Amino acid sequence: MSTVTLAKALNAGLRDALAANPRVLLFGEDVGRLGGVFRVTDGLQKEFGEERVFDTPLAESAIIGTAIGLALRGFRPVPEIQFDGFVYPAFNQIVSHAAKYHNRSGMALPLTIRIPYGGNIGAVEHHSESPEAYFTHTPGLKVVTPATPADAYGLLRSAIDDEDPVIFFEPKARYWQKDELELPVPHVPIGQARIAHEGESVTVIAYGPTVETALQAAKAGEAEGLSLEVIDLRSLVPLDTETLLASLHKTHRAVVVHEAPVFGGFGAEIAARLSHDAFDFLEAPVERVAGLNIPYPPSRFEKLYLPDVDRILEAADRVVAYA
Amino acid sequence: MAQLNPEGTLPPAVAIEEAGLDRARLVDLYRWMVVIRRADAEALNLQRQGELGLWGQFLGQEAAQVGATLALHPDDWIFPSYREFGMGMCRGIDPAAMLYLFRGLTHGGWDPASHHFAPLAIPVASQVLHAVGYALGCKFDHSSQVVLACFGDGATSEGDWHEGMNFAGVFKCPVVFLCQNNHWAISVPLEKQTAGRIAERAAGYGFPGVRIDGNDVLTVYAVVRAAAERARRGDGPTLIEAVTYRMGAHSSADDPTRYRSDDQLAAWSPRDPIVRYEAWLLAEGHLDDARAGAIRAEADAVAQTMRTKLVNAPVPPPSEVLFDRVYTSPSRTFQAERDEFAATLEPSE
Repeated sequence: MSTVTLAKALNAGLRDALAANPRVLLFGEDVGRLGGVFRVTDGLQKEFGEERVFDTPLAESAIIGTAIGLALRGFRPVPEIQFDGFVYPAFNQIVSHAAKYHNRSGMALPLTIRIPYGGNIGAVEHHSESPEAYFTHTPGLKVVTPATPADAYGLLRSAIDDEDPVIFFEPKARYWQKDELELPVPHVPIGQARIAHEGESVTVIAYGPTVETALQAAKAGEAEGLSLEVIDLRSLVPLDTETLLASLHKTHRAVVVHEAPVFGGFGAEIAARLSHDAFDFLEAPVERVAGLNIPYPPSRFEKLYLPDVDRILEAADRVVAYA
Repeated sequence: MAQLNPEGTLPPAVAIEEAGLDRARLVDLYRWMVVIRRADAEALNLQRQGELGLWGQFLGQEAAQVGATLALHPDDWIFPSYREFGMGMCRGIDPAAMLYLFRGLTHGGWDPASHHFAPLAIPVASQVLHAVGYALGCKFDHSSQVVLACFGDGATSEGDWHEGMNFAGVFKCPVVFLCQNNHWAISVPLEKQTAGRIAERAAGYGFPGVRIDGNDVLTVYAVVRAAAERARRGDGPTLIEAVTYRMGAHSSADDPTRYRSDDQLAAWSPRDPIVRYEAWLLAEGHLDDARAGAIRAEADAVAQTMRTKLVNAPVPPPSEVLFDRVYTSPSRTFQAERDEFAATLEPSE
C-alpha cells in the first residue's frame, strides 16, 4: 500500500493505458514536455515519446476534431481540454461529430476526452465550471467522473478501453486528495454507481467533487443522529438507476448534490427519474443542493455558491421533516 | 498554371503523359464527368417529384470532383462536405445508397472504411479537422496513404478551417486541401466571404497554396496528383483553390434568382467543364461521336438504376434505425428505452 493522490492515480492510469495499447495517444495543450498544468501527464512524454504524448497548437476545436480523425484511423485518442471553461470552442466537434459519428457511419469512435472541472480552487473566471449537463444531454456520449483515487484509475482505464466516446470529468479540487492503495486497481465498469457511505434515513446522491462534501455531511450528520447514505454516481451516462432505487427503498428520501447551476442541471434528471420511478415509496420531494443560477462567481464568493456540508444537512433535515 | 481554354484547346505546357494519363484514363475522366452530371440531374428530378427531401446540386463542379478523385490512389481517404456526391460515385459508392440520406432513411448510407470516403459533413468546415487528424494518423503509421480534405469557399471563413490548416502545417500532415471555390455560400458571394485570395492564405500556415482553373479537369487532375505525391513523400500539405462556379442553386430549397443575375451564369457557361473537355478529346482523336454517345447512354442507365433503386428502397425497422447505432456498447438503461420504444410499435409491426 502507498499514498496515492487522485492526480497520481490518473497519471498511473494513463501510463498503464499507453503501455497496454500502442494505439493510445495523449495530446492537448501543455500535456507533453510540461506534463500538464496539473501534472497529470507528468513524465509520460519522456517515457512514451513525442508521437504518443504530444503538445498541440492552442485550439480546442482542433484538439477534438483531429482526435476524431485519429480515432477513425484506429487510434484510441485521449485528448485533454485544459480547463472546463475552455471546452466550448470544441463543443461543435463533440456534439455534432464525436457523439454522432457512429450513428451516421457505423464506425466506432473510441475517444476519451479528459476535462478538469469544478470550482473551489480560487481561480479566475472560466476555470471553475461544471458543464456536464451539456454533455449528458447529448445522446452518443458517455459521461463519467471519479471521486476517489481508485476510481480515477479504474474509470479512466475503462473509458480508454471503451469503444464509444467518453467525456471524463476530473474533479480538479480533489486532485490532491489521498488514499492508501496499491495500483493498479481493477477497472471500474462504466455505468455502475458506488455506495460511498451506508446510511438509513436519507440518500445523498453526489458525483465528482461533491462526493467528498457529502461524506463530510454524513459524518457531521452522525453526530446529530442523522444517518445519510452517500451514493457516488461515478457515471452520469449511463445512469445506474438500480443502485439509486435500491437505496431509496431503504431511505425513502433523496438529496442530489452538484456544483453546476441547479436549473436544468443533472440533478433535475435524477429528481425527475426518482419522482417517477420511486413515486410509491418516496416520503418527501427530492431536494437539490447545487450551484446558484448565476455565472460562476469571483473566487472570494465561491464558498457561497458551492454546495457545502451545512446546505446538504439542511436539505436532509427538510426531507426528514417533510410530512 | 496551364489550362484548357474555353474552346477546348490546350497549351502545350500540360504534360499529359507525365501526369500518368493514357488514353483510357483521359476518356475515363470524361466518362465520370458525364455520369455524375446525369446522376446529379436525376437527383434534382427526384427531389422535384417528392422522392428526396432535399438535393444540393454540384452542376458545373464536375471537373473539380472527378479530376481530384481520380488523381488519388484508391486507398487515399476523402473527407467530403455535403456537395461531393460526384466524388463518392467515383469511389464506387452506390449512388442510390448515397441518396438515402436525402430521402430521410439514414444519416449515412455507406461504409466509409471500405470506400475510404468519410460521411458527408454538414456543419461547414468541421470535416477539415477530421481529415487532418486522419492524415496525422497516416503519418504516425508510416503509411503511404494521403488524405483529401474537401470544402467550399464559404468554409474558409470558419474557425475549424483555420485550425485545421494550422495543425496540418505544424504536424506536416499528408493532406491535400481542396477548395472548390464556386463563388457562392448560399446567397453570399465570394467578395463578401473574404477580402483576400484563398490560395494565398496557405503561406501563413507554412505550406504552398495554388489557385487553378477548377473547370479544367486535366489541370485539377495534374495538380491534385502532384500535391498528393508531395504529401506522400512526407513534404506536407498543399492548399488547392479550384476556381469553379455553382451553376445551380445552393440546394433545392434555394432560389438563386433572388440574389444573382443571369449575366453571371451566362459568363460562366462557356467554361462548362464537360463541353470544353469533350471538344479537346474529339479534336485530339481520343474520343469519337460513337464512344461519346455510348457514354451518354451509360449515364442514362446509371441514372435510371439509381432512380429505380431509390424509389423502391425498403424502409428499415424503426427500432433499428433509431437505436442500433447510438452506442457500440449500449447500457442496460439504453436497451430498456429501446425495448420500451419497440413495444409501442408492436401493434403495427
